[in-house]
Amino acid sequence: QRCLSLIKSTKFLNAYITVAEETALKQAEESEKRYKRGQPLGVLDGIPIAVKDNFNTAGIETTCASNMLKGYISPYNATVVQKLLDQGAVLLGKTNLDEFAMGSGSTDGVFGPVRNPWSYSRQYKEKSVPKSHSEDKDSNWVITGGSSGGSAAAVSSFTCFAALGSDTGGSTRNPAAHCGVVGLKPTYGLISRHGLIPLVNSMDVPGILTRCVDDAAVVLGSLAGHDPKDSTTIQDNFKPFELSDLTDVSKLSIGIPKEYHAPGLSSEILALWSKAADLFKNAGAKVIEVSLPHTRYSIVCYHVLCTAEVASNMARFDGLEYGHRSDMNKSTESMYAATRREGFNDVVRGRILSGNYFLLKQNYENYFIKAQKVRRLIANDFVKVFGSGVDILLTPTTLSDAIPYMEFIKEDNRTRSAQDDILTQAANMAGLPAINVPTALSERGLPVGLQFIGRSFQEKQLLTVAKWFEKQVKFPMIQLDEVKRHDHGVFQHQKSASFLEHRT
Amino acid sequence: MLNCYLKGQQEHERPEFIPYAHLRIRTKQKVTVEVLDHLEHLALVDFRDSEGVERLQKAIQFADQLHEVNTDGVEPMDSVLEDRCLYLREDDVTEGNCTEELLKNAREKVEEYFVAPPGNIPLPKLEERETFLKGS
Repeated sequence: QRCLSLIKSTKFLNAYITVAEETALKQAEESEKRYKRGQPLGVLDGIPIAVKDNFNTAGIETTCASNMLKGYISPYNATVVQKLLDQGAVLLGKTNLDEFAMGSGSTDGVFGPVRNPWSYSRQYKEKSVPKSHSEDKDSNWVITGGSSGGSAAAVSSFTCFAALGSDTGGSTRNPAAHCGVVGLKPTYGLISRHGLIPLVNSMDVPGILTRCVDDAAVVLGSLAGHDPKDSTTIQDNFKPFELSDLTDVSKLSIGIPKEYHAPGLSSEILALWSKAADLFKNAGAKVIEVSLPHTRYSIVCYHVLCTAEVASNMARFDGLEYGHRSDMNKSTESMYAATRREGFNDVVRGRILSGNYFLLKQNYENYFIKAQKVRRLIANDFVKVFGSGVDILLTPTTLSDAIPYMEFIKEDNRTRSAQDDILTQAANMAGLPAINVPTALSERGLPVGLQFIGRSFQEKQLLTVAKWFEKQVKFPMIQLDEVKRHDHGVFQHQKSASFLEHRT
Repeated sequence: MLNCYLKGQQEHERPEFIPYAHLRIRTKQKVTVEVLDHLEHLALVDFRDSEGVERLQKAIQFADQLHEVNTDGVEPMDSVLEDRCLYLREDDVTEGNCTEELLKNAREKVEEYFVAPPGNIPLPKLEERETFLKGS
């Protein structure tokens, strides 16, 4: 209930598209009853969570922040949502995103942009220079990053304890870095994609956003595993693990890929990156510079493959079986055309058209096949590096801290995505697990995170290292006035221990 | 050519690669109206205005960077799980009978059918359509 009222008071953040108040309260009541009987369903029983709006949820509107699916109530639950509900988690609502998860700012959905809760934090307000008296104080807010911006804002502003996002090119780690939360992208094939409205079938994964690494491990434990409804999930047995505290770092080998020193990387983040590398070195780990020579092409490769797969995946939206349908009735084709032009915004349409261009017979070899070959080169880069003894790669997640919305919209979506995804994209290409750990506050008082990339299916190692790092940096808590006004009881959830021990 | 975002950044030392190298590549040919029309037909989505066409041009230019990479002898990669066998389950019906639920989401239906306007009528040609491309 406290979370629900907090959601109401933070409505200006625009993080939620749909708040499922009644069902949430009912679920919470049932969870209470279970605890009284001493029979909780699992570690997640009663924990409020939020889900990004491109996961299907039975009975709750699923829109993907698009006109095409407004009013669409899904008849089934996505597997990951079902798994969370089976564990007793309380679904608070669906969060805002970029339309169809395309974008890197969470600004392009039809429900409006999502505001970063840190724009209203004391830390940011203290550091921002007041411009002039007449200027609207509200216009200085910064973006959350994308495309799972709503989920990140929800977790960061304490309206829920964990949230689901999706990660295709960095869509979970980018907003996690800008909002100061932990964003985990699991290995491709570990978590089921059934029910996640697909963007790029070969790179999408559901992502997990939480406030600390332990929570992420807990959520991962309940979500991972083979799903007969998604044949791209691997069949190996997954054993949920608990993170042990790492005391001996000396056996670790940390790689610093030099190509991640990308143009546009702010000097602050560069300094932070070096400090982190030194932190590991001083603790005894082996820190070496490695090279991933095809990094600069990963964003181009992504551009081609993504638009091509999008062109194919968006073809299902014709208005016939679900979603928006236009009134044009002259012929099937014209009805489809009219529906799609009314339902999709510029970004989506642009990508569909580019995708179709790259898939034309005359261009197929040159662009699509070529991009697939480059993808193999990128994946091989990683294999080589990990094969040479490196355990974890340490890289920055974003080029800078969150920028003000007014700055962000000066460039179009494609340019922005091309800039912002440059550091997170390669892990999706190769299907490797990656996690963003919030590291420090920038000079403007906004969070900055660093990214760890691990070996395929080695989430346990990745999370253990991330947890050690998290402990070392002691990232400060956001100081939001709205949250302070609420009863501090919202932190004392009498449920799972790992959710308790994170900074109260 | 650097956009205002990069201009606002502080100085960075020695980045590893040059930004915006693709802007130095001149795309050989401009996309013709025929191709654009073809794309509109294929995708059933329209360009709406010159911005849309510009976007496509820029996208192609951006993608042309791929040609700098030497991929001789490299096999295309479809999926990162290519060395594993995908799971195929038995061809048995395990769920279904949810006609009502599925029909709930469609706007036009009659009994248990989805209703579509008459098919096999191709989109009107360029001259007769209401599209931005007419002017170009």
